[in-house]
Formats: sequence, C-alpha cells, structure tokens
Amino acid sequence: MEHIGILEGREKQVFEKKGGIETSDIACETSSLSGSVSQRACVFCGSRVVLYPVADAIHIVHGPIGCAAYTWDIRGAVSSGPELHRLSFSTDLQEMDVIYGGEKKLYLSLIELIEQYKPKAAFIYSTCIVGLIGDDIDAVCKKVAAETGIPVLPVHSEGFKGTKKDGYKAACFALMKLIGTGSTEGISKQSINILGEFNLAGEAWIIRKYYERMGIEVVSTLTGDGRIDAVKRAHGASLNVVQCSGSMTSLAKDMEEKYGIPYIRVSYFGIEDMSKSLYDVALHFPEHPEIMEAAKQVVSEEVKKLYPELQKFKKALTGKKAAIYVGGAFKTFSLIKALRSIGMSVVLAGSQTGNKDDYRRLKEMCDEGTVIVDDSNPVELSKFILEKEADLLIGGVKERPIAFKLGIGFCDHNHERKIPLAGFVGMYNFALEVYQSVMSPVWQFAPRKGGNR
Amino acid sequence: MKHAKTATQNACKLCNPLGACLAFRGIENCVPFLHGSQGCATYIRRYLISHYKEPIDIASSNFHEESAVFGGSHNLQVGLKNVTAQYKPEVIGIATTCLSETIGDDVPMILREYTKTYRNGSPMPIMIHASTPSYQGSHIDGFHAAVRATVETLAEKGERQNLVNMFPNMVSPADLRYLKEIFTDFRLPCMLLPDYSQTMDGGPWGEYHRIPPGGTPASAIANAGKATASIEFTSTLADSKSAAGYLEGAFGVPRHKLSLPIGIKESDKFFDLLETLTEQPRPEKYEDERRRLVDAYADGHKYVFEKKVILYGEEDLVVAMTAFLREIGMTPLLCASGGKSGQLKQRLIELIPDLEEQGIKVREGVDFMDIEDEAKVLKPDFLIGNSKGYTMSRKNNIPLLRIGFPIHDRFGGQRAHHIGYRGTQELFDRIVNTVIEQRQNASSIGYTYM
Ligand code: SF4
Ligand code: SF4
Repeated sequence: MEHIGILEGREKQVFEKKGGIETSDIACETSSLSGSVSQRACVFCGSRVVLYPVADAIHIVHGPIGCAAYTWDIRGAVSSGPELHRLSFSTDLQEMDVIYGGEKKLYLSLIELIEQYKPKAAFIYSTCIVGLIGDDIDAVCKKVAAETGIPVLPVHSEGFKGTKKDGYKAACFALMKLIGTGSTEGISKQSINILGEFNLAGEAWIIRKYYERMGIEVVSTLTGDGRIDAVKRAHGASLNVVQCSGSMTSLAKDMEEKYGIPYIRVSYFGIEDMSKSLYDVALHFPEHPEIMEAAKQVVSEEVKKLYPELQKFKKALTGKKAAIYVGGAFKTFSLIKALRSIGMSVVLAGSQTGNKDDYRRLKEMCDEGTVIVDDSNPVELSKFILEKEADLLIGGVKERPIAFKLGIGFCDHNHERKIPLAGFVGMYNFALEVYQSVMSPVWQFAPRKGGNR
Repeated sequence: MKHAKTATQNACKLCNPLGACLAFRGIENCVPFLHGSQGCATYIRRYLISHYKEPIDIASSNFHEESAVFGGSHNLQVGLKNVTAQYKPEVIGIATTCLSETIGDDVPMILREYTKTYRNGSPMPIMIHASTPSYQGSHIDGFHAAVRATVETLAEKGERQNLVNMFPNMVSPADLRYLKEIFTDFRLPCMLLPDYSQTMDGGPWGEYHRIPPGGTPASAIANAGKATASIEFTSTLADSKSAAGYLEGAFGVPRHKLSLPIGIKESDKFFDLLETLTEQPRPEKYEDERRRLVDAYADGHKYVFEKKVILYGEEDLVVAMTAFLREIGMTPLLCASGGKSGQLKQRLIELIPDLEEQGIKVREGVDFMDIEDEAKVLKPDFLIGNSKGYTMSRKNNIPLLRIGFPIHDRFGGQRAHHIGYRGTQELFDRIVNTVIEQRQNASSIGYTYM
C-alpha cells in the first residue's frame, strides 16, 4: 500500500500509545490547518447544534442561502409538540444586500416570520458574511423584540470567528439571556436541568423518565424537545446535569456563577456511565436517601433486562476492533467502555474538539497500540483504520462512506442518528446496530477480506 | 400571500460552491478546494455524501479572523501547499465562497504568486479557479462556472480532431455512463465534462484513495479546443457562462445546444444530431430502446393521461421534464425552480407552444413554502422533484416522485436514469407505477391485476 504520511503541522495532533503513558500532551484546541480536509464544521454549526432542538422558536439564518439550506431539518432532534425547528429560514442575501447591508431584509424577514408562525422566541444566527458586511444584528433584534413582544436573540456565530466550540458558547450566551426570565414557583427542591441532551431519536425522554422514576423533577431539558418557557425557568432547578462534550459546560458555569446552581458532568452511553449518571444525581441529594434507593432500583431493573440480551452480541463480537471518531472527547470515554462491555477493543480514538484533559484521560484509558487523534481527516482516519485492521468505525455521516468504501462496519453516533443510543435501552440499540453492521455477510466481498477478483 | 415575501423558507436551491465541487469531482485526479471558511466545505461534503454515498474530500483554506481582515492570500497559499502535499493532485479546482468574494480576494493573482514562490522546477498541479459567490445564483450556476473555468484553463488550440465535446449538465452518474455508452456505440470520440460517473458512484477500495479513480483527464480536456463540435444540454444557460460558448468563441468549435434529452422528442433531437455528426445511422440498439419506449407509452398511456403534477428543480431539468410530461399527456400545473435565470418561461414556451393556453404556471426563484402554497390550491395528483419536497409531500398527503438531486431519503439516487430513451423509460415506468400504487391504495378491494 502507498505510504500515507501525516500532514506537516499535524504530527502533534496524533499519538500512538506505546510503552505506558507518555507525558507530553497531544496538541489540540487549535484551528484546522488550511488545506486539510477537516471533519469539523464552523462556529455556526456549533450554535445550530445547541439551539436547534428548541421547537417553539423560529431559527433564522442571516446570510446567503447555503448555511441555511445545508442545515434544514438536518438533525434527528424530536419534539413532542411544535416543530418550528424543522423549518429552514434564511435571509438569503443577494448581491445588493452584501453591498448595501442586510439589516432591512433581516428586519422584514423577522416581522413577517413572527407574524406568520407566532413563535415563542426567535434566534438569529449571523453567518460569515454578516461578520464582514457589519450588519448590526443586535440593534435589529432589539427593535423587533420591542415591536413583537417576544424575545429575539442574536447568536453571533460567524463561521470564521473561531471553532465549533465558540458556536456552543454563542448559543449558551443566548440561552443565558432567557434563563431567569420565567417564574420558578412550584419547582421542587429535588430538581435538575438536563443539559447537553438534544433529544435525538427521543433520547431526552428516556433519560428524563429514569430521573423521574427516582423522584427527581426535571425542570428543563436544554435543549432537547426544548420550549422557551421551560428555558426561562431553568434557574429554579437545584442541580445542572451536563452530558458529554463541551457543548453546554459554559452554560452550566454561567448558571453556577449567577444562580449558584452546581453542576455535574455525566454521560448516558453504556451501562457503566448511564448508571453513574443516576447515582451521581442521587448523591447530590444526601438528605433524601430514598432517591439513591430509587436510583439503585432503576439500575437493577434495567440491567436485569439488558444484560442477558447483550450476551448474544458479546459472543459474536468478542475480539473485534473498533475505531472511534466523534465530535466530543467525553463521548469517546463512554464508547470505549461500552464497546469493552460487548467484547470489543478500541484501536483508534479521536475527536474533533477534545481538550488537553480529555486526551490525557484518553491516553490512560486506552490499550497499548491505540492511536489517538485530534481533528483528523479522511486520509489519516483511513490509514489507521486499515493499519489497525478495525472492524467498525463509529462516527458521523461524513465518516460513514469512508467505512463502507473500505469494507468495514459503521455506527452513526452523531446528531443525525435515528435510533436512540442513550440510556439502558440505548445500549441495547447500540449493541444491536454494531452487531448488525460488523457481522453482516456483505463484507466477505470487500477487497480488505480478499473479495477482489 | 398578502405581500411579497422577504425571507426564504425551506429553500429550493443550494449554494454555488456545491455545484462547483461536484463538477470538479468529474476531473481526473482533481481535488475540489473551497476558498473560504471551514464550515462551507464541511456542510457541502455532508450534503453530497447523503446523495452519492461516496467519500468526498473537499479542502478548505479555512479562514480565520485575520484572513477576513487582511485577505485570504496567506491561507490560500498554505492551503494549496498542504493539499498538494497530502493529495498529490494533478488538478486543484478552486471555488470561492461568499466570504472570499466579499473580501475581494484576487484569486488569479494569488495563484500566480503562489506558482512563482513554489514552482522551483517541480511540476505543480494545474489550478482551475471558478468564481462562485452564492449571493449570485445557486448551485447550478456554480456547476456551470466550474465547467467553463476548467475549459478556459485547459483547452488548447490545434488541428481539428475527430472529437466531440459533451457538456451534460448536472445529471446522475448513471446518466453519464449511458452517455459514454452512446458515444462508444456511435464510435465517436468524446470529451465528457464533467464525468463523475465513477468518482461519485464507484466500487469498493482495498486501500484508501486520496482521490477516487475516474473522471476526465486534464490531457483530454486540453483537446476540447480541437474538437469538431460541442454538445451541451441546457435550456437556460447564457452563452457567456457556458463552456461550449467559450469554445465556440475562442476556438471556433461549433456549438449545439439541446435541452436535456428527456422524452422521445428531445431524445430524438440528440440522436439525430449524433447521426449528423457521425454521418451514420444510430446503432440498432437505440432503435430498439426507442421502440420499447413507444410501446411502453402505449401500454401505460391511460394511467398518466391528464394527471396533474407540480414539477420543481433546476430550471433546465424543469424545462426538459415539462416537455416529456406533455408528450405523454400529463398536465404540469406548476413548473417551479429556485433558480432565477429570467429565461425559464421563454424556454418552456419554445418547447410547449400552448403553455399559456394550457394554464401551466411558471415560477422562478421560489422556495418550498411557495410551492406548498401553490399545491394547496392546485391540488396536484403528485409532485415530481428532488427529495427536499418530501416535507410538503407528507404534510399535504401528495405522493412525491423523486428525480434529480438531492435524493436524500431514498436509496440509489446516483443510479437513477433520467436522459435518453433509457432514462425516459425508467421515468415513465416510475410515473405509471406511482399512479397504480395510488389507485391500489385508494381501492377498497385492492386490485391484484392491472
Ligand atoms: S457562505 Fe456562501 S458558500 Fe458558504 S455555505 Fe453559505 S452560501 Fe454557501
Ligand atoms: S458561511 Fe460561515 S457560517 Fe456559513 S457554513 Fe460557511 S463557515 Fe459556516
């Protein structure tokens, strides 16, 4: 096979675990190299991820058409009621707007859409070009808010002004403006907000039920199946439970500072981490031992159902190797554990946006020989997948064709998944999906398996 | 609607660089490169992947704040250097984005500078630059801009050759394969551009290909100026924007402009032209295809007669499809496009002289909310267009027949035929079956025979 090298300037973002734990840190949290085919998106994408599931608000992308067209109904974030988030609104800037400014078009668009859809709020995303032509979207938002009486929130997400993480922050900033504006009356002391859970394929509902079975009140889910009114009263909760990646930690921090609400980080993937996320919440209410009792009850009931089911998959999958490349590093930890519980090892672990601590922890967790990458690209991913003889790739839509081309199984663990992978039932779905992909007989025809004629 | 709408709701178009990237993928050993921010490239890759189900690498110069302030020259140069090192391409297809266009980067100048700095003896990839700001036009404009820029960059002067340039427009990989088959059967050498029949619909790989195999070689494109004729499938493309137009002006290559050959009449025109160019009759195989199609029209005519349809998509596709639907007796109620060439109606009238008498509505520059508003009033039997009409199809309970790009919610969009007798046959079969299925679903007894 032809030799594939690592792109110059990226060497420090790739690491292979050999002979114990190395001390030097992996380089990360940098912007992508020009000319590399990064799997990352942009600031706007980060904001869109976080705010998208708010279903009773309209989301207007201020810019030329592409940014809105490519994100129309793109995620599997489901709503139990209104579905305004599934529509795509754009100011669709034309040449004249670029020359003379798009403020007027934005204003008219807002007025017209608010009148037509009667949303509870509006989010206005500024894209790259708006950052250049210098529209004062804050002023427009203020004006429209005053005229329509609903919150109209600017989200400064110009694609080039940072990375996806900055987009998360911009979104959290907009949410922070809503939080604290609603009444907290009647909220129980044993209450939480679920942060960083976007209700993909209904996952937030699954998680919410577990907490409710423990006697916990869920004040607000940010932002899965999100409603503006629920966001407004989120400051009434006693604890913020933040899932995974960095997407919403900044909001949790801000809420801690402003409202004194502590937060914990959890993950809902895999038996181990899912159980821990219930216990950790229970631990927060020590004066209510019944909550811990209930948590144990939930875990034992669920695991009793799940465990025997998993054995069948484990039997088939033991010894198979997986490569993981997902958005946030936190999810990688859970996936490594989840894969181990079905007999699989991990030969490549990477993320688009991990930080130094994440990678340090990854290094500790991983087996000898595992490759760890930050902000990788298709060439590199393929190189390691083949070299390490992976049987499975876990990633998002952009990684899927790489896996299938090379003739290996694939599991979509990104924002577009259609099957819930969180919670105990999600672990079952995950194992099933991995099993169905890895064990498929179609790979016998793959060149990798000698299927070339 | 009381007043003119301002915001675009559920757009019926995509942005220019997407079309450009697709076209560049039809050149052998070429990497598409977007000069702008990372997000655009990633979104476009993701979008193309959902239709073609192939790995699609698109590099980006990855703008930052400084690039926005001081210009993107540095990023572009570093980007080109990195892409060259990583992909070893023969060609780099550079498309600008809204961002670099607004800043006003002088890309040709940057490219010259780059070439001067890095040449030092070793061969450089050929760099093709297409200007594709999305605040002008839509994805189809980007597609044509890339094809034209490619020809402008590569075509050379020389002695006439027995060669025809074929500019097929944004058709499916299956359509491209069919075209190549036709030219082979006519024994007519052909320079097909772009040709992503393999790069966007290829086989499995034993090793990773930085650039997938397939595509038209740059050396073949160089001959475009020596060809005896160019054929282009388009109805609305201005001469000043077309590759065939350029070749005619610069090298005197006669240009034959046909609408996309969908339906018998338009396909006939294409085959007639090939007969003229080769001075030989079409191979018997195509007579057979045509005969089978005529036979199928007869077998299926009652199902489709006066069925009412709303049609949407790129303007050229809409024009060709309308002509086809009219020749099988169907009634397009609305011909709609997100594109805005200003020529849609005129081109339609040329093919369907009784367009206005028939009450066929034509609308350019629409979005899916406009189409949905029309659908509520017009109440068509079904919709014909790309997958993006699914939302309105589901909401209003009107079946959708999927053609063109993108097909995101069905399997095999890249393998769907649209053009020639073969493509028309496939479309006709699907239309008839859609009607039959509708009848079956509506029937209280559920027919088992037709
Ligand atoms: S900025 Fe322009 S090029 Fe980029 S996605 Fe938006 S419309 Fe397309
Ligand atoms: S224009 Fe900017 S905001 Fe829009 S997709 Fe491209 S990088 Fe992202």
